[in-house]
Amino acid sequence: MPLSALTGTRLRERRLAAGLRQADVAAAAGISASYLNLIEHDRRKVRGAVLDRLAGALGIDLGALATGSDAALIEALRSSAAHGTPSGAELDKLEEFVSRLPGWAGLLVSLGARVQSLERAVETLNDRMTHDSHLSQSLHEVLSSLSSVRATAAILAETDDLDPAWTSRFHRNLHHDSERLAAGAEALVAYLDAGSAVAEQGIAAPQEEVEDWLRARNWRFDDAELAEGCGSEVAALASTAARSLARAHLDRAMSDARILPQVEFLAAVTRLGPDPFALAERFGCDPLVTMRRLAALADTEAGLVTCDASGTLTFRKPAAGFPLPRFGAACPLWPLYAALARPLQPVEVVVEMAGQVGRPHRVLAWAAPRFPLGLRGPELREAAMLVLPAEAEAQVTLQIGSSCRVCPRAHCRARREPSILSEANPGDETAMGF
Amino acid sequence: MSRHVLLIEDEANIAEAIRFLLTRDGLRVSHLAEGLGALDLMRSDRPDLVILDHMLPGLSGLEILAALRADPEIAAIPVMMLTARGRDREAAEKAGADRFISKPFSNAEILAEVRAMMDR
Repeated sequence: MPLSALTGTRLRERRLAAGLRQADVAAAAGISASYLNLIEHDRRKVRGAVLDRLAGALGIDLGALATGSDAALIEALRSSAAHGTPSGAELDKLEEFVSRLPGWAGLLVSLGARVQSLERAVETLNDRMTHDSHLSQSLHEVLSSLSSVRATAAILAETDDLDPAWTSRFHRNLHHDSERLAAGAEALVAYLDAGSAVAEQGIAAPQEEVEDWLRARNWRFDDAELAEGCGSEVAALASTAARSLARAHLDRAMSDARILPQVEFLAAVTRLGPDPFALAERFGCDPLVTMRRLAALADTEAGLVTCDASGTLTFRKPAAGFPLPRFGAACPLWPLYAALARPLQPVEVVVEMAGQVGRPHRVLAWAAPRFPLGLRGPELREAAMLVLPAEAEAQVTLQIGSSCRVCPRAHCRARREPSILSEANPGDETAMGF
Repeated sequence: MSRHVLLIEDEANIAEAIRFLLTRDGLRVSHLAEGLGALDLMRSDRPDLVILDHMLPGLSGLEILAALRADPEIAAIPVMMLTARGRDREAAEKAGADRFISKPFSNAEILAEVRAMMDR
């Protein structure tokens, strides 16, 4: 049986774990305490009868000191080191590392394997983006239409003495190009939607997997469905993490359903409208519950966003004309964050999303404190924002965006990073910072 | 006599907008919707500037540019390339383009670039 040069270290760990004194173990094994000390510090090799006696004194099987799994770990780590960029990893101490911290070594190996797998996936996607002629042509079509729309619209907007014949001609061009742009964008979206490579290669985050599942069922759960548990749907999700998130979502939905049974709740919505605060007063419950029920049940096309105390979005049900960021943080001007800063106070604002002129939304937000570790533990918060379509003529009091990275609003004082839209047009640099 | 710009762009509406802008700015603009025949026209008309789209039917923008730079008779004509893709820029630079405008461009941007190139 192959034994590590660090067998002594393991013997020491086992002795300490058993709460035995060095002198007692040495006596039981028939050796001196000082000799055992040398063995335990890997200054003397131990084998044969002495090793048998030490194992007996510690009550362990010799197999526990074998190095089969260590060897595999060492080999995998060595391979990782060879594939990675030069990092100064102490290859001569690999055995010691694996022996002392096998759990961490295993984690490092699995992370290395994950990195390699993701690198392959990125390479595949990059290759697809670079060489996919359909994608390239679609993008070219969209860019060409966009260029024409931009140039033509600017001429119409900026030329005061435009001849009527030219005006008519440019209007016609604009109409033609806007139709072409819409068709090109739709084709592009359809193409990207159809490509399931991301999900297949495990790149989609667990939250995205769950949201895809919810989107497929139109974000709706009737009480009868909840009672059945939707177990087979959850089991079909690709990753363990997504299944766990989905089960948590269902547990919460069932809890909400017990507080606000479907029939009574929808009857109240008919009477009071999709007003989470009025409904919360009517049922004497947390507005976070009425918001979730409105998003899951009522036929209001309501969007819902929730976040935790760090501001991280934990749930994203989109509303028409209210794009939600897929990556990164959302617009800091969202009323969601105003509510997060002021728990238990209702926030209600009519907002206009960047790029959605003439399509305002009424958003209602609420945050509540949470004490998952008890009242003496840290206070965490949970906030939710319900997004409802507003009348076109509603008075907009706040202009917001989706996320700084894709927000075209120039000179926004809440901006925390430049927009890719301004990077494409350096002349339109957006002001940043407070 | 007004300065002459040769615009080679297959997108009719983009070409119309650029042509309108430059004509209004006092330039004479001729337009080709494809790459074939562009070199002959340059040799006969000797434009003061060529605005060249990257993706063209027939000869591509890069092929036209390479042929232009290889012909001593017309090699000195300044060329502005319209590109839709970031990585096209490097190839255009190697082929000898003087300026680049990325789509979707702004009218002010293209006008300023043309004026700057004409003033050289």
